Amino acid sequence: MSNDTPTLYIEGPAFWAPTLPGWDIARAAFRGEGAPVDPPARRPAPQVLAPAERRRAPDSVAIALEVSGAAVAAAGRQAADLPCIFASAHGDLAINDYMCATLASEPTLLSPTKFHNSVHNAAVGYWTIGTGCMASSNSVSAFEGTFAAGLLEAASQCACDGQAVLLTGFDVQAVGPLASAVHSEGMLAAAMVIAPERSERSVAAFDWSLAEGPAQPAAPQSPAARALAGNSLADALPLFEALARGTEAQLAMPLSAHLALRLALRPLA
Amino acid sequence: MPSPIPPLRISAYTATTAVGAGKTALADALQSARSGLRANDFGASPLPTYIGRVDGLEQLRLPDHLANWDCRNNRLAWLGLQADGFLEAAAAARERYGAGRVALILGTSTSAIGETEEAYTQVDADGRFQPAQRRPLVHTPHSLGMFVQAALGLTGPCETISTACSSSAKAFASAERLIRLGLADAAVVGGVDTLCGSVLFGFNSLELVSPAPCRPFDAQRNGISLGEAAGYALLERAGSASHDPLLLGYGEASDAHHMSTPHPQGLGAERALDDALARAGLAADAIDYINMHGTASTKNDEVEAGLVARRFPARTHASSTKGFTGHTLGAAGIVEAVISLLALETGWMPGTINSSTLDAECGPQVRLQGARGEVRRVLSNSFGFGGNNCALIFGQGAAA
Repeated sequence: MSNDTPTLYIEGPAFWAPTLPGWDIARAAFRGEGAPVDPPARRPAPQVLAPAERRRAPDSVAIALEVSGAAVAAAGRQAADLPCIFASAHGDLAINDYMCATLASEPTLLSPTKFHNSVHNAAVGYWTIGTGCMASSNSVSAFEGTFAAGLLEAASQCACDGQAVLLTGFDVQAVGPLASAVHSEGMLAAAMVIAPERSERSVAAFDWSLAEGPAQPAAPQSPAARALAGNSLADALPLFEALARGTEAQLAMPLSAHLALRLALRPLA
Repeated sequence: MPSPIPPLRISAYTATTAVGAGKTALADALQSARSGLRANDFGASPLPTYIGRVDGLEQLRLPDHLANWDCRNNRLAWLGLQADGFLEAAAAARERYGAGRVALILGTSTSAIGETEEAYTQVDADGRFQPAQRRPLVHTPHSLGMFVQAALGLTGPCETISTACSSSAKAFASAERLIRLGLADAAVVGGVDTLCGSVLFGFNSLELVSPAPCRPFDAQRNGISLGEAAGYALLERAGSASHDPLLLGYGEASDAHHMSTPHPQGLGAERALDDALARAGLAADAIDYINMHGTASTKNDEVEAGLVARRFPARTHASSTKGFTGHTLGAAGIVEAVISLLALETGWMPGTINSSTLDAECGPQVRLQGARGEVRRVLSNSFGFGGNNCALIFGQGAAA
């Protein structure tokens, strides 16, 4: 297969789940050097949002903005300058449940705020508004390969435009009748900045390509990551475990039943 | 500013909207100023508004091997693939390049949510979906991408973009990047959105829905008319000279202003325009026709009219075609890309129907009447909730 994909660099890995609220905690747990927090953390209150919106924001927006802010801070970059690619398999499942339940009972009572929060790009919309970012923003979905698809989109954009980008993935719990058809547990969000050049903040370099044929999803290895495998963003876990271990790694992240994103990950001191 | 990109050839394209299936019906409606809007007859308790509804979806049956994907959105996706020989063109690309070398990038705002709404009206005593509705592959945004990938037998990179009303315009940008990097040799791009309670009652809750057929850029405009549509384009490397139209540039940018109201000076839209012109290596005066987003909402049209008035010469012909199709949301980008490509192909630049008195904000570019002319390069604008903007530029092929 011919392709021309340049080596890219990861800065500022960020992670949030109720049991692993922050990259330092997650990294230690993935390395077997720390434990998940108990009791689990409550949902974050990202500083990017105005105080009133911090309380009103849907869970999906709260966790997505939390890791986005952490990634950009750890990368030492300005959020306003970074094109952003957000990836979520399902968007905000609680709002979908509200919308469908209201439409089935009293459709004319639908809340306008819930409606505009129901768009898949609500989280990236709030992020660009909160950070004054006028660069391109995207919101993508690819079922069980959603983080991999977001990574492919982000890496492609970074490579084509020669500009660092923010990649943020998130998914939340399925609730209500929808939970009988859509399976996603708990809250999980993860983010990183992908840059075209190595910087003093780079934590890893990666080469990347597509591999045709069925790919077995890599199972998360640590108990702390395995406990999050029921979330629809679980395809991000093996990559973040590899970043936590800080060793060279070959990853095949399934994009579908027929195709994988292959990463050769090399840690940078 | 981004650097110019190598143009991509658009070897096939199609759209199915309220005015009919395929390019011929669309071109005919555009040239005869025939609207596809009708009084709202969708759902159990229709709101008093007008809609752009596609006929025949209720009777359409998916082929047996695709029957598990059944829902209104995937039915419209399937109907759209039948028009203009698109299914055959995609199959030919699959044979030529290999199934794994053809990317599929589709945009939608609500995908199959209409089916999820339906399932909520039939929950069992335990508050669960009926067994036949427990279909994880349907009740999710990527249902559209997965269904069309199965329908076309493609296995290359596939994602569903959901940035509200810019979704299917952005598909062109994502596909161009994959092809430029050698991750794909061709790409099917496009989008599908269908009428559903979420958007009808949702836009109604924001008081953005007009009780009459929408009147883009009219001084008396009072809101949008919702519609549904499917559209596709096949992108390949331009290679040697051909008559096929070209994707010359795209721009993507954010307003950083408000979730459901555009930036008051249209700065995000202008940034998308500037990036599209830079990638195309063109100045604004090279654009002959602009298909505007022109939803007929008070704010969108005011901001967009201002942008076009300050950036384009008086000779540029600009119009909104929302009065023909309604606002097809996530499909608007591909529908209006197809209308722009038809302008290149036929020389017919559509007018703005239903409107009678242009708002004072409009410059001389915005036209109520369609016109024939030499159309070499066209711009299509798509703007969405969350302040998400995309501009596309197409041009005639080198040999045209």
